[in-house]
Amino acid sequence: MTSPGSVLIVGASAAGLSTAEALRRHGYRGRLTLLDAEPHLPYDRPPLSKQVLAGAWEPDRARLRGQPQLDALDAAFVLGEAAVALDAAECAVTTASGRVLRADAVVIATGLSPCRLPGQDGPAGVHVLRSLDDALALRRDLTAAERLVVVGEGVLGAEIAATARTMGLDVTLAGMGHTLLGDQLGEVIGAMLGRLHAERGVRLRLGAAVDGLAETGGRVTGVRLATGELLPADTVAVAIGSRPATGWLEGSGLTVGDGVECDAHGRAAEGVYAVGDVASFEHEGLGRRLRLENRTNATEQAQTVAAAVLGADRPYTPIPYFWTDQYDAKIQAHGVPSPAAEVTIAEGDVAQRRFTALYRQDGRVTGVLGWNMPKQARLLRQQLLGTAAPLAPA
Amino acid sequence: MKITVDEVKCCGAGQCVLIAPEVFDQRDEDGIVILLEPEPGEDQHALVREAAAVCPAAAIEVSDQA
Repeated sequence: MTSPGSVLIVGASAAGLSTAEALRRHGYRGRLTLLDAEPHLPYDRPPLSKQVLAGAWEPDRARLRGQPQLDALDAAFVLGEAAVALDAAECAVTTASGRVLRADAVVIATGLSPCRLPGQDGPAGVHVLRSLDDALALRRDLTAAERLVVVGEGVLGAEIAATARTMGLDVTLAGMGHTLLGDQLGEVIGAMLGRLHAERGVRLRLGAAVDGLAETGGRVTGVRLATGELLPADTVAVAIGSRPATGWLEGSGLTVGDGVECDAHGRAAEGVYAVGDVASFEHEGLGRRLRLENRTNATEQAQTVAAAVLGADRPYTPIPYFWTDQYDAKIQAHGVPSPAAEVTIAEGDVAQRRFTALYRQDGRVTGVLGWNMPKQARLLRQQLLGTAAPLAPA
Repeated sequence: MKITVDEVKCCGAGQCVLIAPEVFDQRDEDGIVILLEPEPGEDQHALVREAAAVCPAAAIEVSDQA
């Protein structure tokens, strides 16, 4: 195995930090630099739409590691400095202040940029939620607001709606899709989730396109739907999906499609790798290209990519996994819970909102879902989907 | 090696149990981590470090001080 003398990781969130830690754990002793556009030490994102937004956790609680662990990593953190260009052939990254950082290997872990509505950057009170600062800004508005409109019926939109409703706000959720989390979990489970939100008092406007924002005196006053309905709001959260943060890679020499295109090991070019939300990789088990936007992928893929940086040749073939917590519902999804699949309840009781469900396509189980049954869902995953996960290097 | 787990951070993914079932388990009722062996033997150390590394809630801390 060959080992580089220096590694530069662009992005110091879960995927970047996990890659750094895995390199050290696997014996890498060379220079290690983590570069990030944000000024904060590595923090975790799942709590942002839940505990941090609700104010249950101080921002520090969301930090991924304490200072002793960061010190032990023996890495240089270059924070508050965005990467603006990569020369893949030279493994050289240019930053916003004009610095050029070179290394024997570059790992791209720049994650996602949230999509915005046309015109959303005009009025005050309109938010996206990706970073810690985004979460704190949205929280500031929520603590003063009475009416929130969430745009987007995916995981993030539903979590923001649940948190804000629990905080006592009047909440309306509008989305293009006809079912809450329909793209992620399909109609059967999505409809159950929709009923949960409705019971808790969230107004749902699904299958509704947003026509624009209403504003008065520079502040948002509502969201206009294509149906003509105006949803009054003093704060709006826009959660309509994200795009891989690859703008800075224009002219880099890399192939960028829906993310940085890598092989099964996370390699995008000689000496250049990508990991986490931004990485599109060949999944040899599924026989197709895949890009996963979930927290588990960030840490799991980091193990494979770190091993690849150190010369191992092991493909990344994960069983996708994500979870979402909304009100008292802890939902866990293993595998591919495709909207096209047939859903059957495996155990538990839907009426009591404690059950597991199986997703089947062509007679084969492709996904396992747990609703307030995390352990049972994990056991079903082991029985039906296997345990493939990228562990110690080969 | 000494392991500590943060039950409040734990999201019940069960990744730790998949990797190191002799050291970690989950509660039946809510899936939160159960630490079976806070000071595991050396044969478990690599697996435990792996489990801590992939925990999607960063809820497992491993210290080398006994």
